[in-house]
Amino acid sequence: MINYTENIRKISSDLLKSGKVDVVIGYKSGTLPGVNEPFLAKTPEDADKLVWDSQCRLNLANYLTHRKDKVGIVAKGCDSRNINTHIVERRISREQVTVIGVPCTGMTDKTRLKELAGGDILTLTEAGGKITVKTAKGEKTADKNDLLQDNCIRCLHRNPVINDIPAADPVPEVNTTRNNDAIEKIEAMSADERWAFFDDLLSGCTRCYACKNACPLCYCPTCFVDESRPQWVGKGDDPVDVRTYHTLRAFHCAGRCTDCGACEAACPMNIKVRLLTGKLEKSCYERFGWEAGMTSDVRPALDTFTTHDPEEFIK
Amino acid sequence: MKIYHIDRESWVKGLAASAEVYQLVGPVREKDDFDFKVLDKGQMPDLTGTDTRLSPKALVFPKSEIMMTFSTDPNDPDCNIMKEAKKEYPKRAVIGIRPYDARALQILKMNYDNGDYQDPYFLNAYEAITFVGLAVNSPSSTDFSTSCGTGPFDEKGLDVLLVAAGEEGDFYAKILTDKGDAWAKAAGFSKEAGSDVSTRIEAMKKTAEEAISSKIAFDKIEKKTVLELFEADHWENTAFACINCGTCTYACPTCWCFDIQDENFGTKGVRIKNWDSCMTGLFTLHGSGHNPREHRYQRTRQRFMHKLKYFADKYGEGIMCVGCGRCVRQCPANIDIREICETMNK
Repeated sequence: MINYTENIRKISSDLLKSGKVDVVIGYKSGTLPGVNEPFLAKTPEDADKLVWDSQCRLNLANYLTHRKDKVGIVAKGCDSRNINTHIVERRISREQVTVIGVPCTGMTDKTRLKELAGGDILTLTEAGGKITVKTAKGEKTADKNDLLQDNCIRCLHRNPVINDIPAADPVPEVNTTRNNDAIEKIEAMSADERWAFFDDLLSGCTRCYACKNACPLCYCPTCFVDESRPQWVGKGDDPVDVRTYHTLRAFHCAGRCTDCGACEAACPMNIKVRLLTGKLEKSCYERFGWEAGMTSDVRPALDTFTTHDPEEFIK
Repeated sequence: MKIYHIDRESWVKGLAASAEVYQLVGPVREKDDFDFKVLDKGQMPDLTGTDTRLSPKALVFPKSEIMMTFSTDPNDPDCNIMKEAKKEYPKRAVIGIRPYDARALQILKMNYDNGDYQDPYFLNAYEAITFVGLAVNSPSSTDFSTSCGTGPFDEKGLDVLLVAAGEEGDFYAKILTDKGDAWAKAAGFSKEAGSDVSTRIEAMKKTAEEAISSKIAFDKIEKKTVLELFEADHWENTAFACINCGTCTYACPTCWCFDIQDENFGTKGVRIKNWDSCMTGLFTLHGSGHNPREHRYQRTRQRFMHKLKYFADKYGEGIMCVGCGRCVRQCPANIDIREICETMNK
């Protein structure tokens, strides 16, 4: 991981010095242990603040939207797929972006870190595939692989798929199966059970919209929840409105979601919103053999069609 | 001013006795964290946790609150007349609120009860509450409450201050107001603590305050003009990471902005006051389509200018922040008010 940081700094600094890019989007160390902050490096000196470790949970493609300048961007596998999606959806042009690709071995789950620590985390260190957290009560160490976010556990594309300047050699892809136990469990429920399950899942939601705001796909000039003429969704805590928001948000991500997990990483209430998008991702693969963001020249499923599309639903 | 010693057994009995007169509210485990809830009969507040994830502000400022009801049925004699919603404000005791959270509700009150406005919904709920706070012996690493004119043992917003007495489950209960006294009487607490208890509590307070390592200063912000701070060139950089979600505003005990909405089903409708957040674009969108806070950084700036400058200038009672650290801990993008305050205070 230290190598990654050094390489990212060197590459970014060179890019900024040469004028190939105007800015580099990456991470700097956060003010809390276990949290890094998205950062815009504008000068070679800024580039020395860039870091990389297993606490880079957000998806930096989210910060590309609307940029007019030449941008270097540090991207792990999922971020790179969202950069592709941004290019396909014309949020940014390919020529504008220089991807500094980071082969990723997964991000730690904030809740699993909290559980490991069992208290206020005072320091966090990462070395040799182990994470050590220190609290007032003492130190605890665990394998990073036991602390990963759910989406990282089942990640199929750890290496960036668009990669102009690799920050390191590729890492081996570890997963071969697409099985998604969590989604299959929900599929097996009866309609009533499923209704109750989702009601409980969403019950803590405060509608802070961290999930959509952390999502690189959510760039509509006016989100449907913010439409006021007419207003589509109530603003209160009525479960109907909460459900409407989450269901519609998920459907807007159909065929576009790369399962980067930024939504769950951002949710302050720890709501597993990927249980909604996961089903759509699964359906897109089963129906259309489609994985979002793998190329920068094919429009996403549900945004296009071919004559070979299954049409058994048309009766 | 009386200080009682309450052992574990008297505590359980006392809560049960006070529950005959008061609706008890306290922190309880909710999924993977803590939240303030009305306690069921016999249910004990869970005082083992740290700060609740959401602040207790919902007790006086619910996330969604029906203010008025109306009918649009032409056959209804009250057609198209807004009527105040019938609401009950039972006498409540909030057990285990953090001292700085209780102070935060006082800060909220400045906005809801002043020369210009009195919000009956807020005030009825607030006045019905007896605040039985629990002193924080082990402040978190993100607690900077002592910099904000409050602290882990602050008595300002409380009616009773409970202090864990050392022995398993024992408390000292320092009665601070008549309301607090009435609650203690209803609970039947009567065993006065020994004569050295004030000194002991003072010592514990000092230890807790000294354990706070996180500090902020806003002395220069006070002296600078609004425009100087507003027009400073750091804001776009400062706000770069911010995704403009409402995590901070909803977790915050002192954020009080609201949105009023009418909702109807058929001919029956309600007027609701909802939590709102200055982080959203819709918050300032004009009917004309113009938005004075069109850019994301302008919204981030608003939040910190309001907390650290406008509020302080308006009321002269310090900043609109009690240093609980919830926003710092929960922000998905590591926007840290302590760091921003430092930037503004340069």
